[in-house]
Amino acid sequence: MRGGGAVVATVLAGPPGGGPAGAPGIGGRAGAAGSAGTPAPGARSRHLGESRAVRWLLIGVALAFLVLVLFVPLLAVFVKAFAKGVTAFAAAVRDPDTLAAIRLTLLTAGIAVPVNVLFGLAAAWAVTHFRFAGKNLLITLIDLPFSVSPVISGVIFVLLCGARGVLGPFLAAHDIKIIFALPGLVLATMFVTSPLVARELIPLMQAQGDEEEQAAITLGASGWRTFWHISLPKVRWGLLYGVVLCNARAMGEFGAVSVVSGHIRGVTTTMPLQVEILYNDYQFAAAFAVSSLLALLALATLVVKSRIERQRS
Amino acid sequence: MAAGRSRRGVLPGFGLAMGFTLTYLSVIVLIPISTLVWKSAHLTWAQFWSTATGPRELAAYRLSFGAALAAAAVNFLFGLLLAWVLERYAFPGKRLVDVMVDLPFALPTAVAGISLASVYAKDGWLGRWLEPAGIHVAFTPLGVMVALTFVGLPFVVRTVQPVLHDLSPEIEEAAATLGAGRGQTFLRVLLPELLPAALTGFVLALARALGEYGSVIFIAGNMPMRSEITPLLIMIKLEEYDYPGATAIALVFLTASFSLLLLINVLSWRRGAAGALSA
Repeated sequence: MRGGGAVVATVLAGPPGGGPAGAPGIGGRAGAAGSAGTPAPGARSRHLGESRAVRWLLIGVALAFLVLVLFVPLLAVFVKAFAKGVTAFAAAVRDPDTLAAIRLTLLTAGIAVPVNVLFGLAAAWAVTHFRFAGKNLLITLIDLPFSVSPVISGVIFVLLCGARGVLGPFLAAHDIKIIFALPGLVLATMFVTSPLVARELIPLMQAQGDEEEQAAITLGASGWRTFWHISLPKVRWGLLYGVVLCNARAMGEFGAVSVVSGHIRGVTTTMPLQVEILYNDYQFAAAFAVSSLLALLALATLVVKSRIERQRS
Repeated sequence: MAAGRSRRGVLPGFGLAMGFTLTYLSVIVLIPISTLVWKSAHLTWAQFWSTATGPRELAAYRLSFGAALAAAAVNFLFGLLLAWVLERYAFPGKRLVDVMVDLPFALPTAVAGISLASVYAKDGWLGRWLEPAGIHVAFTPLGVMVALTFVGLPFVVRTVQPVLHDLSPEIEEAAATLGAGRGQTFLRVLLPELLPAALTGFVLALARALGEYGSVIFIAGNMPMRSEITPLLIMIKLEEYDYPGATAIALVFLTASFSLLLLINVLSWRRGAAGALSA
């Protein structure tokens, strides 16, 4: 289970080179420990563990922290969603503006996620199977969006495609609307979520190596056939998690989308933006009702993740 | 390294994969980001300096960096503790807790934002207990810090956990055999091993917290000079159609974020180098 955890951690965290750089050290040490015969954790003697009291104190403090910062807010989302009853919840979810927001969110993610999957596969293939100059620079560039504030991610597209932007006059002349319209939402979402699939696949492909692929090519399989029948099945769990996480982030993206959306109700409002509008209108129960749908999506993402980690172990 | 053994030429698809990667990166990431630099170049230096370093802007930078640093520090301590507890102890619900640590990665920030704001408000579930004690969270810089602690929570846990898991028990046994107490073993034997990973997690949490927007704006109250974060200030400038102002602040902020990325690179490179030497 931890093996998977390590991969997921480096991916989620996404330190440039963190996965590849961390992997040899960790792998080397694990190998050494394994050959020496690692005793089970239960075999620790009194001198190697903490007393019962210390143990439970540490567990208590850690859990108290999680309760305050994580569990209470999560619970609040669902409780407050039903604060005015099930009928109010259903009415909030069936509101035309909310339904339009749900449709727009699905559409945006439906475009952004598949394109990012292609990008992730291509980037991971190029980075892990070939040697070329500037590889570390490329990995850093792939990670770049992680360190850009979501608001700034939106701003750059406004500066590029907005009415006063660099491409503004050209787009206006050809009657193409990007900012305050669907293409802007998709572009901003793609920018923010672009590293996620690639970051999941790169450490995985690197760890697995490419001997099977080389064998397949040597035996006469075509490149595509090798990719479909060997490479893709090898990384399927990592890819699945990358897709699920990328989807969750795409549907939940707020800052970048907020800048390029223009907040036109029922037209350019995604689900997170609808949450903001409802909340600022003091329609708290409705805001939490829409939020609870997004929170369910987040929980489903975590379930898939833990399933995949079990699968890997 | 596995990649080192593969030679160019055996596996196909380099041109296609590389071509698509570079095209996509250019269109989605590089060209848009360079627009920011290009647009800033239209400002004179004096203009740039006066917009980017006004009193309201300086207050926003101070809050953004201060709250992000404080939140990352909290996550550093509790991340180490959580990783330790999850790796070393058994307790009921441990698997659930382990899974839930990743929640901030998956939960939309706006959802976290309104939830934290309502929970920590004066009459909220937690706020009603904290307010009488004189701890004001909602609409204060402390609230900003709480939101940033939420978004940065998984990083240190997830960077430290695998290192802790792979740590060979022999070093602890050796320390115990040589007469070290448990606290001494932790401080002088275990902590130095965990520190590089924990620091990487710290910097990642910091980078994430610096740019965070959605989870903060609802709980912060957004009072200029007091609880207004930098991304919000950029947003306000945009809504006022003050594009040069937004551009200047964004560039200053982005430069700071990239410096952090560089720091992460240097840290992980050092870690990699140390690992290679010890292997």
